[in-house]
Amino acid sequence: MKPFSYERATTPAEAAAAVQRPGAKFIAGGTNLLDLMKLEIETPQHLVDVGGLNLDRIEPTPEGGLRIGALVTNTDLASDKRVRKDYGVLCRAIVAGASGQLRNKATTAGNLLQRTRCPYFYDTNQPCNKRKPGSGCAAIGGVNRQLGVIGTSDACIATYPGDMAVAMRVLDAAVETVNAAGATRAIPIANFHRLPGSTPHIDTTLQHGELITGVTLPRPLGGTHVYLKVRDRASYAFALVSIAAVIQRDGTGHVAIGGVAPKPWRNEAADAALPQGAKAAASRLFAGARPTPENAFKVPLAERALAAVLAEVKAA
Amino acid sequence: MKFDTPAGTNPIDQLKVIGKPTDRIDGPLKTTGAAKYAYEWHEEVPNAAYGYIVGSAIAKGRIGSIDLDEAKAASGVLAIVTAKEAGKLGKGKFNTVKLLAGPDIDHYAQAIAVVVAETFEQARAAAAMVRIDYVRAKGSFDLAEGLKTAPITGGMGDDGKPAPKEDRYGDFEGAYAAAPVKLDERYTTPDQSQAMIEPHASIAAWDGDKLTVWNANQMVDWSRADLATTLGIPKDNVRLISPYVGGGFGSKLWIRADVVMAALGAKAAGRPVKIALPRPFLMNNTPHRPATAQRIRIGTDQAGKITAFAHESGTGDVAGGQPETVTAQSKLLYAGENRLLQRRLAHLDLPESNAMRAPGEAQGLMALEIAMDEMAEKLKIDPIEFRIINDTQVDPMKPEKRFSQRQLTECFRIGAEKFGWSQRNASPGQMRDGRWLIGMGTATAFRGHINTPSKARIRLDAKGIVTVESDMTDIGTGSYTIFAQTAAETMGLPLDKVIVKLGDSTFPVSAGSGGQWGANSGTAGVYAACMKLRELVAERLGLNTADAAFVDGKVRSANRSIALGDAAKGGDIVIEDGIEFGDLDKQMHQATFGAHFVEVGVDAYTGVTRVRRMLAVCAAGRILNPKAARSQVIGAMTMGVGGALMEELAVDRRFGFFVNHDLAGYEVPVHADIPHQEVIFLDEVDATTSPMKAKGVGELGLCGVGAAVANAVYNATGVRIRDYPITLDKHLDRLPAIA
Repeated sequence: MKPFSYERATTPAEAAAAVQRPGAKFIAGGTNLLDLMKLEIETPQHLVDVGGLNLDRIEPTPEGGLRIGALVTNTDLASDKRVRKDYGVLCRAIVAGASGQLRNKATTAGNLLQRTRCPYFYDTNQPCNKRKPGSGCAAIGGVNRQLGVIGTSDACIATYPGDMAVAMRVLDAAVETVNAAGATRAIPIANFHRLPGSTPHIDTTLQHGELITGVTLPRPLGGTHVYLKVRDRASYAFALVSIAAVIQRDGTGHVAIGGVAPKPWRNEAADAALPQGAKAAASRLFAGARPTPENAFKVPLAERALAAVLAEVKAA
Repeated sequence: MKFDTPAGTNPIDQLKVIGKPTDRIDGPLKTTGAAKYAYEWHEEVPNAAYGYIVGSAIAKGRIGSIDLDEAKAASGVLAIVTAKEAGKLGKGKFNTVKLLAGPDIDHYAQAIAVVVAETFEQARAAAAMVRIDYVRAKGSFDLAEGLKTAPITGGMGDDGKPAPKEDRYGDFEGAYAAAPVKLDERYTTPDQSQAMIEPHASIAAWDGDKLTVWNANQMVDWSRADLATTLGIPKDNVRLISPYVGGGFGSKLWIRADVVMAALGAKAAGRPVKIALPRPFLMNNTPHRPATAQRIRIGTDQAGKITAFAHESGTGDVAGGQPETVTAQSKLLYAGENRLLQRRLAHLDLPESNAMRAPGEAQGLMALEIAMDEMAEKLKIDPIEFRIINDTQVDPMKPEKRFSQRQLTECFRIGAEKFGWSQRNASPGQMRDGRWLIGMGTATAFRGHINTPSKARIRLDAKGIVTVESDMTDIGTGSYTIFAQTAAETMGLPLDKVIVKLGDSTFPVSAGSGGQWGANSGTAGVYAACMKLRELVAERLGLNTADAAFVDGKVRSANRSIALGDAAKGGDIVIEDGIEFGDLDKQMHQATFGAHFVEVGVDAYTGVTRVRRMLAVCAAGRILNPKAARSQVIGAMTMGVGGALMEELAVDRRFGFFVNHDLAGYEVPVHADIPHQEVIFLDEVDATTSPMKAKGVGELGLCGVGAAVANAVYNATGVRIRDYPITLDKHLDRLPAIA
């Protein structure tokens, strides 16, 4: 870990201003950033702790949805009664991730910014365009069973590893931010994580210094909420494939897939095809997929997992 | 005490303390954090500096140059040692590859330098500033490729001489050709990591030319000798202390870079140094269980009697390494007159291979016990019956040599009854519970028994307290407790009158912890020393040894009853003795047996396998402490599930290293993977193993588990996977079509 300086911000605008210095980064729960700093994958010179910003409330919105403060912990979010009642898919996605201890520390905004778990990203002896732009991608042609099958590029095949954002994607959440000038904006979650293209070191569409203040959920969708996470062991493992789905009685609904792409993977054509079944929806979700020999199984696995979800909803 | 004839009735047979499911006497120390592990001797070594090891970033080649300037100038840095500063080092008997590289690099993450600094963070940060230019060389990293040209070799035998190139008995080829029913299949198992909780860790402190190390270690005397050899100093100048070890599974049978680099760093810094290996470094720096490629051929008559049996295996290792003993169990496990056992060794430039719990048998049985399941299906015989048909009480290749105890058939019979084996559908893919395909599988557990000389020092004081001292280690197994039980039983004392001190090279040399020999050999050493103490006590009290009874803290003879402590009124009695073994283990085979039963569910949609319940029935001599033994077996069963379903060190065949080198990438089972386990020990005593009449269970519990899981998966799905671990991608495309 490289030496760094540290300050605690007291207001969002102050935090956004403080992080303008070169090499500065926000820190909240630190469950990902500190690990990356120890390995010198992240080497911030200055940390702005946003933990004291009072962004830890869950409130109803005038539109009938919920506004989740950026610092609401995973544990608090998953146990909130309104979330459990109206946004079951979000609750289930969160508790499918990490461990109780990590969820107690991890925040809503931090979780959205969780970096990939590609093993080559984590090994600083290896080339990695995400960690060191222009150094190459060791995962392509290497050990990549866990990595992406769609939305990837010749520069990077890493996945977004989290669960919470996959559920937020199916719920059409929006990420609220503030910048140093005090300007706010709401980024639809669909546009929040970006595809790697030739610049895989940039994970999101946030500008430098832009601070996440919260996430809004639209009005509840109703229907049956399911989060199915497929993995090699029963707990404490990243998804090979995960399915976040909200399905209505008439068979219509929304679906997003985790573990397959650099961002939670969803498209309108697949949603529209859901009433025709898993095969129809999956063929639209994975049109143009570019799997490796090691991870080609993820495409049929996602279809079968979606079929399991639809069957479960039907039987319920 | 020389043990060369089967034990008669002795004080252990009283079973007042031995054989009871006693709680661990060291349990409260561990649960309160008072038990000190290698990195934690803060009071004893208050001024330790921190070492951080720089490992090689390449797998094969050499160091072109090292630039230490920036690292030396970093804050807090006290010393940096590379091969240049270290000078000439020796290599320990148990190390294949040098623990400090330079200029040649033998494998990825081989230690190149240690940076010593005031704080851990400073040492780590400065280690990242060591600039190394490498000259890469082409290496061999692909086992399958290497085996194409690998020679057949028997490796080194136990006597240190080359073993026969292969084992042949009868005419395998002829018998196999003539067999009416036969199987010829290939199986693979991957590289595995011991993945124990406590990483390799050490503190080293010099006092002049005398070195004390606190080192997480399973074998104190081996490692003390190897450390002295490596550093080029007399063994007498080294003290190794290892009273508590947070798991080993073979990875701590020897010294590793932590203790050597701590010693070198401490010398250079002029003060004690502590080092713990970080997990992402450890998994490529230290030895692993090697991957295997195996071929098994079995021929039987129509009734299922094996007439031809061949087991071939291929493993890889660095130069100077040995072939893994993958075919060891196949010499003895099943009857059959014509057999061929063959091993190949490929040269690989991956980190060195070495022991992990049940080395050889673990991988061998993962393959063999699938083959037995497959053969039973071909014969349309129940897999348990097939094994019983081919059970043997004698060495198949030396029929005059019998097993001292062999209750394999009993294990299967009892297990089948308890597990409800009759509920299994012999046709695979037929049982269903909602979305889950259900299957049951079974496999034989088999592990040889090893005797190792073991000594102890016993002290009796006037209060009647007995203190046992031995360099034995407790790696989570329960050594403290069974040593105390042995001394208590032999001296006629309650457990709370016995103190046990372990893991210090100033204590007498014990069997140590490895090869599941520690329990029987170690306690036999304590027993032998206690028997000598009884003689001395009787002598001091003026009693006839043969007549003296040691009961309830008293020594009784005729009408006299004297407190045990009275014998030490004139001063503590201290004696040292141990057990040495004759050739009973040459006259007969001593081994442990068991039967594993597993029920799994396989998600018909996703192919995910989850274990539903497990049972192990073990026949392993006298069980000294059923509670500790059960813990050993359920832990081993858990490890077996990991091996069957998820554990694999993934090799990057271009760059030559294990890619998933942390506990997030190398998955081992979590609690949610293991819903229900049961263990049954058969009531067995084996008078040929030692006066304790015991054997070991720590490795037996792992042997065969993987195959029992694999067979259950097959029974659930009808898809046979012969390539471990059985992850969903290997059978997904052959599962039932979905709606």
